[in-house]
Amino acid sequence: MSMCEKILADASNQKVSPGDIVKAKVDFLMLHEITGPLAVDAFHRMGFKKVWNNERIAVIFDHDIPASNVKTAELALKMRKFVKEQGIKHFYDVGRGGIAHQVLPEKGLAVPGMILVGADSHTCTAGALGVFAVGVGSTEAAAVLGTGMLWFRVPETIRILYHGSLKPGVFPKDLILHTIGVLGEDGAVYKAIEFSGETIKEMSIDGRMTITNMAVEMGAKTGLIEPDEKIMQYVSKRAKIKPKIIKPDSNANYEDTIEFEVEDLEPMVAAPYRVDNVHSVSEVEDIEIDQVFIGSCTNGRLEDLEIAAKILKGKKIYPHVRLIVIPASIEIYTEALKRGFLQVFLEAGGVVGVPSCGPCMGMSHGVLAAGETCLSTTNRNFLSRMGHKNSKVYLASPATAAASAITGHITDPRRFLT
Amino acid sequence: MKIIRGRVIKYPDSVDTDAIIPARYLNITDSRELAKHVFEDYDPKFRLKVKTHPIIVAGGNFGCGSSREHAVIALKTAGVKAIVAESYARIFFRNSINLGLPALQVSGVSSKVSDGDEISIDLENWKLKNHNSGITLEIKPLPSIIMGILESGGLENYLKERKGKW
Repeated sequence: MSMCEKILADASNQKVSPGDIVKAKVDFLMLHEITGPLAVDAFHRMGFKKVWNNERIAVIFDHDIPASNVKTAELALKMRKFVKEQGIKHFYDVGRGGIAHQVLPEKGLAVPGMILVGADSHTCTAGALGVFAVGVGSTEAAAVLGTGMLWFRVPETIRILYHGSLKPGVFPKDLILHTIGVLGEDGAVYKAIEFSGETIKEMSIDGRMTITNMAVEMGAKTGLIEPDEKIMQYVSKRAKIKPKIIKPDSNANYEDTIEFEVEDLEPMVAAPYRVDNVHSVSEVEDIEIDQVFIGSCTNGRLEDLEIAAKILKGKKIYPHVRLIVIPASIEIYTEALKRGFLQVFLEAGGVVGVPSCGPCMGMSHGVLAAGETCLSTTNRNFLSRMGHKNSKVYLASPATAAASAITGHITDPRRFLT
Repeated sequence: MKIIRGRVIKYPDSVDTDAIIPARYLNITDSRELAKHVFEDYDPKFRLKVKTHPIIVAGGNFGCGSSREHAVIALKTAGVKAIVAESYARIFFRNSINLGLPALQVSGVSSKVSDGDEISIDLENWKLKNHNSGITLEIKPLPSIIMGILESGGLENYLKERKGKW
């Protein structure tokens, strides 16, 4: 069996095969302040009075924080009241947590072998820790709040095997963009992806989370990585829930195995308005940019800020470019501050924001005007995603983003990494 | 609900939920207010057209991207009676069922149904009939739990009817 088949078999207490529909116990539920309020309303309308387990729910504010307008302030207030009324144990308000998908592993709430559901599509990020982590809508989140259970279709699993080491200047973001370019944005619809191979083994946890974060951009239900020593070390210091080490069987039945040799991979960029519209950086180097955003659940982690700071140290960003850097969590923010990265960004002419989703989905600060272009380390470049429908978002690694902030156009980061 | 008949608005592959409802409206909780902004940037004519063309026919991966349930709320409140696509992004599909909006999978629908065609969707016999061309297509039957949720009018009623048990 594949990892997700094993986890679903365990949670539903029955034999499973791809295509089966099972009712399974959920180990943990995440809500944020935008999708959460719809879930709270539905929870009440369903007639529930008490959540199924107030120790297995996290409410994490990240989409528009601190609230930029009265309407989102009211949504946040509704969630605060719900947290209090239900005694929800894991609550991360403004300044306490950061982006949910980063906070869950950091706080030891996403641990290997569990079923994690979150009212957000990038919940799949936690798959890097061997979690069966899936996004759901608000009404389903309400059902989980009330029952602690949900139905799942056991997905077919596609195995992606990466061979070799990434060249200097090429990063996990480039690898996942390349993968999405090859498979297409519908390349894994309703399937699970297991990412493996020596490239993944060598990769840091930060990098692995970049990979699993974007599984959903190929339509995947989730992306998983087998937990290894690195993961267990990370988890053992943090876990608030007992992990279960679940690995795929060596004779697991994969729907497909797709192999990549990564040695020759170049820095990659996804051009508007599709995530699978992927080009090597050299093909898009003449694109001029107005804004650079380094952050998000895809690339707002310490390693991302470290490489960006390395490139920007002692440099000034291009006069007409604005650089927004947002660490994914308070923990990362604090560490980046200690290590001097944030000072580098400020001295270069950038600005450092509150740990949150930032401009990624065009909901709060950092939105684009008509005709503007942003080079962003985020995960989506859809029409209207970051602001006006006539704005454009290109997706790239933090290194490419930092290099481009200096030159004012999309730039190969290796120019600054020799 | 067993037979849904109407004219079609046609969309291509991979229509995302940012296109259906941009994030700048996600702090709206009133469904009628949300419906005013449905497809606002992607297809501004949609709101008018849906009044006479209440069925969406699309290519693959319909509803990809963000998990926002607001997308289904906006479509449903604007007057969409059913969606037929080659395939769906998983969360959108679940949201649609959970809010009682039939989301049906029909292989070949994007080449066999054109914008403006009148179609009937028969959920008893799992057939889609195109009244303009006379062609009949097979609808992939929905598993019983999903059909149960749809017949209850969505997950909210489904759980209410079962007193909070699955």
